[in-house]
Amino acid sequence: MKYEVIVELKDEVLDTQGRAIQQTLHRLGHEALGSVKVSKRFVLEVSGDEAQGLALVQKLAAEHLANTVAETFSCRKL
Amino acid sequence: MTRASSAGNPRVALVQFPGSNCDADCIDAFKRLFSIDLQLVWHENHELPAVDGVILPGGFSYGDYLRGGALASCSKIMPAIKAFANKGGAILGICNGFQVLTESHLLPGILMKNAGQKFICEYANLKVVAGSSVYHKSLSGKTLRVPIAHGEGRFYVPDAELKKLQDKGQILFQYADAKGQVTDESNPNGATAHIAGIVSENGKILGMMPHPERASDPLLGSADGKLILEAFLATLV
Repeated sequence: MKYEVIVELKDEVLDTQGRAIQQTLHRLGHEALGSVKVSKRFVLEVSGDEAQGLALVQKLAAEHLANTVAETFSCRKL
Repeated sequence: MTRASSAGNPRVALVQFPGSNCDADCIDAFKRLFSIDLQLVWHENHELPAVDGVILPGGFSYGDYLRGGALASCSKIMPAIKAFANKGGAILGICNGFQVLTESHLLPGILMKNAGQKFICEYANLKVVAGSSVYHKSLSGKTLRVPIAHGEGRFYVPDAELKKLQDKGQILFQYADAKGQVTDESNPNGATAHIAGIVSENGKILGMMPHPERASDPLLGSADGKLILEAFLATLV
């Protein structure tokens, strides 16, 4: 089964890429554009049942895919 | 741990990861400036040789994939390095080596993309913060001129963790101006509290973004880095 992990910066952490993208798009005249937040998406294929798979994915996300000093993550089965 | 090499020299291991690229500069600086037994250790080794200290050099280990230092922190040599640290071993992590130390949870915080998005390669002035570790004492009161070269060097810790670092005297270097004043303009990468380098609670592990090995001879523009390498060797005793 496939699982998705989304990793994003905590709100209080400066998102330099998001800021640069936002500023550029704004400069192109898209004045309605507020903020832009960049995240990372991982798709993991894991064998076994869903409960076990999701548990493993959550463990991998917490320990490796995200650095929880500055990032949060969410996991779901696709 | 004892200093027990046959020549009586301090024994130091330099760990090479795929993508390390400041290893040769470190080897050159240490061998040129000091009498030490320096051994190279490949990341796939499971054990460290009998050494008094470990150096994690700069570079782009594993292409900086995932995050700088994140994949290197899972390499085969890391359990041995963590065990060495837990026994009070001395470790110097420079630039990517600092990232490896934070990703391995041997030092707090994270190194993030520079606030200005650009890779920065220039000299920085480092104010030595007051503290009680061997590093703090060895470098007390100095402002050191040492180059930085990084795209992901913005040290970040949440406020509560910053307070702990301050309370425990773990901040060693802050980006400053040439007079050693910490000003808004003297923070090249947007680091929390201008932090350029921190030590572990026991003062034995130093992680720093600037490159002391690149400032180890007046011919290179500064020899201030030699003082930092010397302080590292002083922590081995």
